[in-house]
Amino acid sequence: MSKEFKQNPKKKYTVKDEFINLAHGSGGKAMHELIEGLFLDYLQSPLLKALEDQAVFELSGKTGTSRLAFTTDSYVVSPIIFPGGDIGKLAVAGTVNDLAMSGAKPLYLSVGFILEEGFPIKDLKQILASMRDTATEAGVEIVTGDTKVVQRGGVDKIFINTSGIGIINHNLKLSASRACVGDKVILSGTMGDHGTTILIARGELELESEIQSDVAPLWSLVEKILECSSEIHVMRDPTRGGVATTLNEIACSSNVCIQIKEALLPIREEVKGACEILGLDPLYIGNEGKLIAIVGANQAELLVRQMQQHPLGSQACIIGEVIESPQGMVVMKTAFGGTRIVDMLVGEQLPRIC
Amino acid sequence: MCLAIPGKIIEITDEENNLAKVDVGGVRRNINISMLEDVSVGDYVLIHVGFAMSKIDEQQALESLKLLQEMAEYMDEVEQFKNSIT
Amino acid sequence: MKFIDEYRQHDLVHKLASEIRRLAAKPLKIMEICGGHTHTIFKYGIEDLLPSNVQMIHGPGCPVCVIPLGRVDDSISIALRKEVIFTTFGDMMRVPGSKTSLLKAKAEGADVRMVYSPLDALKIAKQNPSKEVVFLGIGFETTTPSTSLTILQAAKDEIKNFSVFCNHILVVPPLKALLDSSDLELDGFIGPGHVSTIIGTKPYEFIPAEYGKPLVVSGFEPVDMMQSIYMVVKQLAEGRREVENQYGRVVSREGNKKALEAIATVFELREHFEWRGLGSIPYSALKLKSNYVDFDAEQKFAVPGLKVQDPKACQCGEILKGIKKPWECKIFGTACTPETPIGSCMVSSEGACAAYYNFGRLSKVAL
Repeated sequence: MSKEFKQNPKKKYTVKDEFINLAHGSGGKAMHELIEGLFLDYLQSPLLKALEDQAVFELSGKTGTSRLAFTTDSYVVSPIIFPGGDIGKLAVAGTVNDLAMSGAKPLYLSVGFILEEGFPIKDLKQILASMRDTATEAGVEIVTGDTKVVQRGGVDKIFINTSGIGIINHNLKLSASRACVGDKVILSGTMGDHGTTILIARGELELESEIQSDVAPLWSLVEKILECSSEIHVMRDPTRGGVATTLNEIACSSNVCIQIKEALLPIREEVKGACEILGLDPLYIGNEGKLIAIVGANQAELLVRQMQQHPLGSQACIIGEVIESPQGMVVMKTAFGGTRIVDMLVGEQLPRIC
Repeated sequence: MCLAIPGKIIEITDEENNLAKVDVGGVRRNINISMLEDVSVGDYVLIHVGFAMSKIDEQQALESLKLLQEMAEYMDEVEQFKNSIT
Repeated sequence: MKFIDEYRQHDLVHKLASEIRRLAAKPLKIMEICGGHTHTIFKYGIEDLLPSNVQMIHGPGCPVCVIPLGRVDDSISIALRKEVIFTTFGDMMRVPGSKTSLLKAKAEGADVRMVYSPLDALKIAKQNPSKEVVFLGIGFETTTPSTSLTILQAAKDEIKNFSVFCNHILVVPPLKALLDSSDLELDGFIGPGHVSTIIGTKPYEFIPAEYGKPLVVSGFEPVDMMQSIYMVVKQLAEGRREVENQYGRVVSREGNKKALEAIATVFELREHFEWRGLGSIPYSALKLKSNYVDFDAEQKFAVPGLKVQDPKACQCGEILKGIKKPWECKIFGTACTPETPIGSCMVSSEGACAAYYNFGRLSKVAL
């Protein structure tokens, strides 16, 4: 049975919905529709249109030119405290990681709090302690902030926005559009830990387990990667929508095909178990302390070994490679030698019974 | 249809209401066992929408897997034999 | 994981594939009835491993796919009521009715909650005595006993604010309708594994007896499916026609007596039920018995109860009957995608079109 691969033309997104729904925030196709089909119609900066996780630009002044990265992210996770971390740790690590993915050393963060009337100060203290500790770990300073309080019901306990600025001290051009045919795809560790932890911690599904979120600031791992390798083309952290969605974004942006191998995907037993019970696919579950690095083939093995020396990369491995076609798609060689498509997440991944 | 997966009974949590705790790869949940007779800790059951639907017959599973494995080994031997005479 | 990993061994899958290649002398069409099997076939690329003369035809065993638009509209009308907390399995959230879906209704303010088990819905009812909690009961016989047992628990606990909108269906009637249909030429069947844990393998015995086709009840892991296909092909090669049970570790000939009793206590057959793509099939679905009227959402709430036509371009009927393949439908992948499903086969992750779109969409050269 022979197969032909079909080309996948780059999509032009339009927003067809009349109201926002949860799928618009889940990291998948609906969210891309919203951003590319609506936001970009109004906000037209070329820096924004590149749709990277951070904006990279140069600032020139009398003393010289610096290449900087600037990013922002908002954190609305529920529950706010979960095994392995809390919304504070997430708010610092998440923004640090977005900067780090461009190879920028994170320097300064701003923080904006939106607090619900009635939110316990005790919990706020815990969250602030986490932010302090994570900022110290990441080597960043939180230098400016803002606080708003809204009436009960206006937000769900606490929402945090952090923006961050970092400096790029290397000459590499890291971008989702720079994956090349022949490159290898490296994942720094197990998939789906954070998303699964949150799903279980919400309590609605009444599951118990020991699994913890993998939330962590990744700059020190990225620093090591930049030291070891000059052939890094892309770095991205697979957050909402999981590894599958992030790889799809890269494949689309670079107009290549990314082929991964099912047998090589690292996954914890508990994540596997939770996914089996709920009928979820771990490829689509978010991570908060992992990165994908796409690197020239001849440097891949060495880089993996170096990453494995770092505590945040101890389970790093090559999960696939960049091939020519079908362009803009991600495919997976199953453990049985068959090939299947790994599409971008459609809406929110929902547990199923069928 | 019908996503059902195997899990191990690790505790009978509420005998009156037919609830037991089951473990699937380290993730645990309470499930209803009223469709089954004589459930004990250590049994493997098939779980669907929070209910145990069937006990898994370990003996049968082992025997049928063994038969399959024997078939696979036999095929390997035939292949080796074929290769040795060509 | 035990009882999963052993059935994902590559070596066994490949060996079985070789045996199938050796035994399948002529073109064969085998239908896997159950959506879960369709999902396995695409997820593991099973068809890639079969010889080109063995074709898998995807059957109608997808309870989400076969719910007609009118019933989805009825569910949404109940969910939109201010006093109702509407609970459902995740599968139904995105299914479009004629105007909207449960997920969109939730976005617009309806209290729609996803549950893993009907018992969770009952718990919500106990926790919210001032609200009416309605559970959307969908599924074949695998899921029906869970709904029955939940209703029996609700009756025992004297819960007054819990009811079920029942859309439970049976697997044998559509199978019989397919066999009686002149459109189709099938050589054998892969029987639904989990339905059979409840109903046993006995109900399928009429298929070899009256229609001369073999049926093998199968598990859901790749080794299970490959072995079942092998067993069908072997029967055909040896001139046998019987019901065989590959999933003996959980399926027996008699089924689960307690589960069947629970179903019979609470439910009775509806005279007619509309199946999306297949039309009306008599005695193919269940409703609550009159002594459980207090738990029957259809009695508690007035629903539109309209019969809504499927969109004209939709070819799900032919796909559910196995006459057409997903990529042969004119709107597949263009107007009809998982984000914008037009027909039922694209709606559920197990529908043939959704499974093919999500996993197998590398264009095939005609076999």
